[in-house]
Amino acid sequence: MERGLFVGLDIGASMTKAVVIDRERNILGQGVVFSGSDFQAAIKKALKKAQALAGLKNIEGSLIVATGYGRRSVPFAHSTRTEISCHARGSYHFFPRAHSLVDIGGQDSKVIKVDDRGNRIAFKMNRKCAAGTGAFLEEIANRLKVKVGRLNELAEKATKDISIGSYCTVFTATEILTKIRENVDLKDIVRGIYQSVIQRIMEMDTLEGEVVMTGGVAAHNPFLVRMFEEKIGRKIFVPPLPQFTGAFGAALYALEAKGG
Amino acid sequence: MSEEKTVAIKKIQASGQMRKIMADYFFALNRASEEGHPKVAWCTSVGPAELLLSLGFVVYYPENHSAMLGSTRTANTYIPAANAIGYSPDICSYLTSDIGAYIKRETPLSRAYEGIRSVPKPDVLVFNTNQCRDVQDWFNWYSRELKVPVLGLSTCRNIGKIRADDLRSIVDQIEDMIPPLEKISGQVFDIDRLRSVVALSKECTELWKRVLETNVSSPAPMSFFDAIIQMGPAVVMRGSPAAVDYYRILLKELEERAAKKDGAVEGERFRLYWEGMPIWGKLRDLAEFFIGLRTAVVVSTYCNSWIFDGFDPADPLMSMARAYTEIFIVRDENTKERSIEQMADKYKVDGILFHDAKTCPNNSNNRYGMPERLAKRLGIPTLVINGDLNDLRCYSEEQAKTNIEAFIEQQEAR
Repeated sequence: MERGLFVGLDIGASMTKAVVIDRERNILGQGVVFSGSDFQAAIKKALKKAQALAGLKNIEGSLIVATGYGRRSVPFAHSTRTEISCHARGSYHFFPRAHSLVDIGGQDSKVIKVDDRGNRIAFKMNRKCAAGTGAFLEEIANRLKVKVGRLNELAEKATKDISIGSYCTVFTATEILTKIRENVDLKDIVRGIYQSVIQRIMEMDTLEGEVVMTGGVAAHNPFLVRMFEEKIGRKIFVPPLPQFTGAFGAALYALEAKGG
Repeated sequence: MSEEKTVAIKKIQASGQMRKIMADYFFALNRASEEGHPKVAWCTSVGPAELLLSLGFVVYYPENHSAMLGSTRTANTYIPAANAIGYSPDICSYLTSDIGAYIKRETPLSRAYEGIRSVPKPDVLVFNTNQCRDVQDWFNWYSRELKVPVLGLSTCRNIGKIRADDLRSIVDQIEDMIPPLEKISGQVFDIDRLRSVVALSKECTELWKRVLETNVSSPAPMSFFDAIIQMGPAVVMRGSPAAVDYYRILLKELEERAAKKDGAVEGERFRLYWEGMPIWGKLRDLAEFFIGLRTAVVVSTYCNSWIFDGFDPADPLMSMARAYTEIFIVRDENTKERSIEQMADKYKVDGILFHDAKTCPNNSNNRYGMPERLAKRLGIPTLVINGDLNDLRCYSEEQAKTNIEAFIEQQEAR
């Protein structure tokens, strides 16, 4: 029986993440898997990965907080919190000052304002639309017949700025066909797609003060973060393991529920 | 969220009486439609119903029918039929669901009331553009389809201070309607009869206002989700003694509950303002969700829109013009903002939830920066959720609930 451990589970629409921490808030292990259609299987696999990395035999006796769209699908969780609270909590741990947090996940993106005490003072989520999310990048990568993992290296090598103006994912795909017909280089198209994601985020809310980015898109597309920095003319802070910030925040809530 | 728990919706005892008078109303309409007498007028919700009632018409409100299509979650069965004949999915889903239901010759009235087979056949259609232009297009469709005359009032919108000219124009238009309406109804206009109807509408609206104001108490005895059901008689029976009698009963019950601190939400922790249209297909679901969050939605623009302070039997026509023009939706952005501010203060709310209804721009007041301005000025958070009054294709359940839940978590941390 492993006691004194705290687990955060973030069951997102695209990926399920698990994080195990100790009383000192150290991340002992983490795991990420596709959420797929079987949340229970995904939760089990993500936990197993986190456990293995932490060198734990099991996590029985740990306090568990679930977050993400599938947060209510974890029967053994002690409580749930929205991913909005958990991302803010996780981000404030690494950047304990007022900041604007941009989280780009698989199916949604958020801009969260955190004050100097770590309280959320406002938040906005994307509207019912995939534009500006990881799903948008996946869909476009699929249309371009490029693995989503290659987008970053392609965008990095781009030489021209092209504008992808459509708001809708389907219309963007059509716009891309036009660019292909015009012989625009694939690398420039990918850079244009990154620009489009950044634009959608900037339309959601103002980004005051320091800016932090979390989520799978920031984790796997560091060049997008650099482009974002150029766009706003300020440094963007990215926590360690940005894809796990929500799960980590959930684990912190579990710890704090125990008075930690 | 650890605070979340499931609690049943508390019953309002008066509701049984409401169901009875609503049934009487629909059966009377059905009888009139089948027998051809008295004549049936269709009217927009803040159209000149008082004039129609004074001329002996029984009055049917298509918007109420659309709300029924929404609340029975059948609207999405019908909207595509209206889309297919050229009415865009982007325009009012009250219009598209109602016209779609007509095309398919179906109505929730037949399921609710035995013997009613269709909506009542109109003898005249009367609109007021005070709410939006869509009502005009809506009634014009029926006019062409059913070959029934359509009459309308054109109201100036975005009004700040109401000028005498604005009201004079409405009075002139109402007066112009009288001769054709007399011809259709077969009754001669009688100013004293109109005074009596206006007096009843005034009494109804004053009682409705007092009903809503019981929610100034904490805990609030009634939630927004109760109130939008309870406003049925104020919507379809204003100008009738039945509505007045009903609101006396309801007011007594709610005053007693307020005095006993018997809140609609057990353990009320937070109080919210709902700005914008209801999401008719999700009333029960959202009511239960808020109860689980121990949060009471205590005041709304929507329910307050059936408070007509302007009615005055001493000057019926001018007062009708004033009542129809003073309503929230007709006013300019500053007046709307001040109104919400006053209500937020009066009802001591902790936050304001704006419903951005995809197909109803006129009732979506979040689109010109108002949530941000109010949050700054009132020092309380605001939230925008995306949805629609009737078209559930525009509503993402999980996204809306996550937003609301996160908003409440934000309240907990304040």
